[in-house]
Amino acid sequence: MNAAKPIAAISLRNTVWITLTLALIAAPHAERLPLWLTVIAAVFCGWRLYLARMRLELPARWLMIFIVAAGSAAIYLEYRTLFGRDAGVALLVLMISLKLMETRTQRDGMVLAFIGYFLVITNFFYSQSIPTALYLLACVWLITATMIGLQYTREAPPTRSQLRTAAIMLAQSAPLMIVFFILFPRMQGPLWGLPTDAFAGVTGLSDSMSPGSLNKLVFSEDVALRATFAGRLPPQNRLYWRGPVLLDFDGRTWTAAPRAMRNQIELDRRENPVRYTVTVEPHNRRWLFALDMPGTLPPRAGISVDHLLLSQVPITTRTRYEMESFLDYGIGAASNPAPARMLALPAGFNPQTRVLGQQLRAQHGNSEAIMNAALKMLRDQKFVYTLEPPLLGTHAVDEFLFETRAGFCEHFASAFVVLMRAAGVPARVVTGYLGGEYNALGDYLIVRQSDAHAWTEVWLDNRGWVRVDPTNSVSPARADGGLAAALPDGVSLPRSARASNPLIHQLALTLDSMANAWNQTVLGYNLETQRALLTRAGLDDTSWRTLAVMLIAATGVITLLLALLTLRNRAHKRDPALALYRAFCAKAARAGVVRDDAEGPLDFALRFATARPDIAPAAQAITQLYVALRYKNINKNNELHELRQRVRQFAI
Amino acid sequence: MKKINDAASQIGHIILGKDRQIRLALACMIARGHLLIEDVPGVGKTTLAHALAASLGLAFQRIQFTSDLLPADVLGVAVYNSDVSRFEFHPGPIFSQVVLADEVNRATPKAQSALLEAMEEHQVTIEGETRKLPEPFFVIATQNPSRQIGTFPLPESQLDRFLMRIELGYPDATAERALLRGEDRRDLLSQLKPCMQPADLLALQREAQQVHTSDALLDYVQALVDHTRNSAGYAGGLSPRAALALVHAARAWALLDARKHAVPEDVQAILPGVVSHRLQSATDGSSADVAARLLAAVAIP
Repeated sequence: MNAAKPIAAISLRNTVWITLTLALIAAPHAERLPLWLTVIAAVFCGWRLYLARMRLELPARWLMIFIVAAGSAAIYLEYRTLFGRDAGVALLVLMISLKLMETRTQRDGMVLAFIGYFLVITNFFYSQSIPTALYLLACVWLITATMIGLQYTREAPPTRSQLRTAAIMLAQSAPLMIVFFILFPRMQGPLWGLPTDAFAGVTGLSDSMSPGSLNKLVFSEDVALRATFAGRLPPQNRLYWRGPVLLDFDGRTWTAAPRAMRNQIELDRRENPVRYTVTVEPHNRRWLFALDMPGTLPPRAGISVDHLLLSQVPITTRTRYEMESFLDYGIGAASNPAPARMLALPAGFNPQTRVLGQQLRAQHGNSEAIMNAALKMLRDQKFVYTLEPPLLGTHAVDEFLFETRAGFCEHFASAFVVLMRAAGVPARVVTGYLGGEYNALGDYLIVRQSDAHAWTEVWLDNRGWVRVDPTNSVSPARADGGLAAALPDGVSLPRSARASNPLIHQLALTLDSMANAWNQTVLGYNLETQRALLTRAGLDDTSWRTLAVMLIAATGVITLLLALLTLRNRAHKRDPALALYRAFCAKAARAGVVRDDAEGPLDFALRFATARPDIAPAAQAITQLYVALRYKNINKNNELHELRQRVRQFAI
Repeated sequence: MKKINDAASQIGHIILGKDRQIRLALACMIARGHLLIEDVPGVGKTTLAHALAASLGLAFQRIQFTSDLLPADVLGVAVYNSDVSRFEFHPGPIFSQVVLADEVNRATPKAQSALLEAMEEHQVTIEGETRKLPEPFFVIATQNPSRQIGTFPLPESQLDRFLMRIELGYPDATAERALLRGEDRRDLLSQLKPCMQPADLLALQREAQQVHTSDALLDYVQALVDHTRNSAGYAGGLSPRAALALVHAARAWALLDARKHAVPEDVQAILPGVVSHRLQSATDGSSADVAARLLAAVAIP
């Protein structure tokens, strides 16, 4: 019966559905694809709709082959490869838009709809946020509705029932989806190797610092990390999130030294530790942030000699780790800090600062007094903390200290370390984040890129490395109240830093809290959490084999339940006479006479009699009994029995 | 039962090659419904109406609808009689068992509504006095296709009052040759003898109401009606009145077939007549082949 259907031409309505749905699914890719490809895909969509509307022929095969070849070549030229995430997605979008141009039949439409589901997945290569998930869920709904529409060959279904059926189908598959989510064997790391270009556009700290590199970050609202504290949140001015430590200065740029790794922490622990959990956003570098000073090592991580936590592999996925930090600590008191390197300054730069350093050394003698004198100088000489510092020339530190006296944290940190080194005090720059915003809704701290900060560490005899934040001397508000408090009103700032409207701010916090929960529970569901969950549910063996068996069993049970539910609904209405008649029709179909669903029994009996006069009387008798059972007002038991007999005996 | 078949064959001798339409018209009358015949002029609409009335032995009046027809021309008028010093009612042509409303869409809506009210109520109210119409009472209206000029198309609510609308269509070649060879239709009509009495028709109507419609059959009718309401293919779904009309007409058709129960084939036979004036295609607003599409789309439960 279905043999004739697949070659049915695709209707205008279905063409519109499939084209628009695919366009919606591909839409988020538009900002990532080259402009020419976006334009071509849009043109193909429009062209296909136009051809369908005007009932015109689709373009010839040779033209399509030419476009395929040209398009693939162009993608190769654009990406220098046809594989990998970006080139692969570009190729897929191109091919789907071309496939649209040769979609002639209902069957082609079905193929295209299936590819549509695949196109949905490609969006998750780029974003896995809640809005993306909701958008793609809507897309899946639409593509399912499209497939339902493609099932109707005779007449178009009403749009509402089409969408309703699709929604019901998605709802029915939800239990299966949850089972798969929980039980599907997880792999360590991402399923596919992310290409090297995956983090090209990620903002964040780097392992070098030059004037202006940090205040670019200040305008980024991207989240750097989120932290949940076990106890009370420490005060804002103690939340120094330690990042790369920069030792070497070339007159303009500070860079980090290659790091010697250790597997244990040398730390003079002085206070009860602060316990917290960090979820760091991917930044494609190896460092893991922790509050000054980390006291434990996360799994698969070490610590550098300058107390920076380093993961064994770059952080390319959102990573979560438990941490313990000592806010009061002592480091490096016992060891000599390689003074030559910590005192090194490039020759020929900043002569005035060097002179000032020597003066300080001569005046005060000991390192602590020199440090305090320098901090007093910053405080007394009316230095200004600003996001828009004046441009500096060759002798950047000289100009900053003696002329402009206005800068951002990196200027203060850089100048202070240069001055200390000039005075013979070992010093280094530490970058990281300061503070963060507490989200009361989810009870966690959000640290954004705009919280990026640079401070210094100075080595003092008997005390070791001591954190000194020169910015703090100039603008204490930066550490206490964050960026917005430290700057005058009217300075342009990221929205997150300056709470313009409390309602909008509250909404932003609510959304971030939801995103955090999503990250922790859904996206953060990995091998460990899966194992923990299953163990808590009483399952000790969590090998992938067990999971696979459970998965298959659960799938079977759910499918069976849904099937039973459907069958029960159907059996509710079924009349035994009808079932027998259907059996008769099936036999008749084998005899070559197929009854259409819309054909009345008497009409069918007539047609059957013409086609197969040999067994017509038997068919006639069955039909009479069936009609009597279904449509006459009679007592039905005898006839039903007889009908059963006759249908059983009916042979072709 | 025999009488109605005699009537059918007798009418079939006058309107040649249109047995199916004749049976539909008879079914319509057995189901107590009014009949609308729509076609181009000259295919025998009026002749069919005449033949029906004459064969069934019913009193017959014809009203030619024109654009200046007034309601009083249909219903009748009270005239002052000076001899007896009071108004006397002169009944209009509506007071008849069969009223042929010829070219009903040529008249203004005002005159149309006078007729259509009578169809619904089987009574007319003139100057405050309600007068019963005779029993049985049928209106057979003919109309030209509405695309012809000088027509006031009947609104949907009024079309709904006709149980069936049938089209005669051109006769086929053999029927037309027989027509051309044969006697004048007017003579034939005048020679027609009634095959039955009005009482017989009333009895048939009662009998039709006894025809059994099983749940399975009503399922089918509901499935058909449901489809028109839920499918994108139609401009508007069938009303419950239309569903009722389907059931009544199917019963009458079953009775004409000498059955005491209705089967899906009965519904399929009368469906084109019952729904084609109530249902429009959503795409082009036409009602051509909507009935056939509907039947093909709905499976018999």
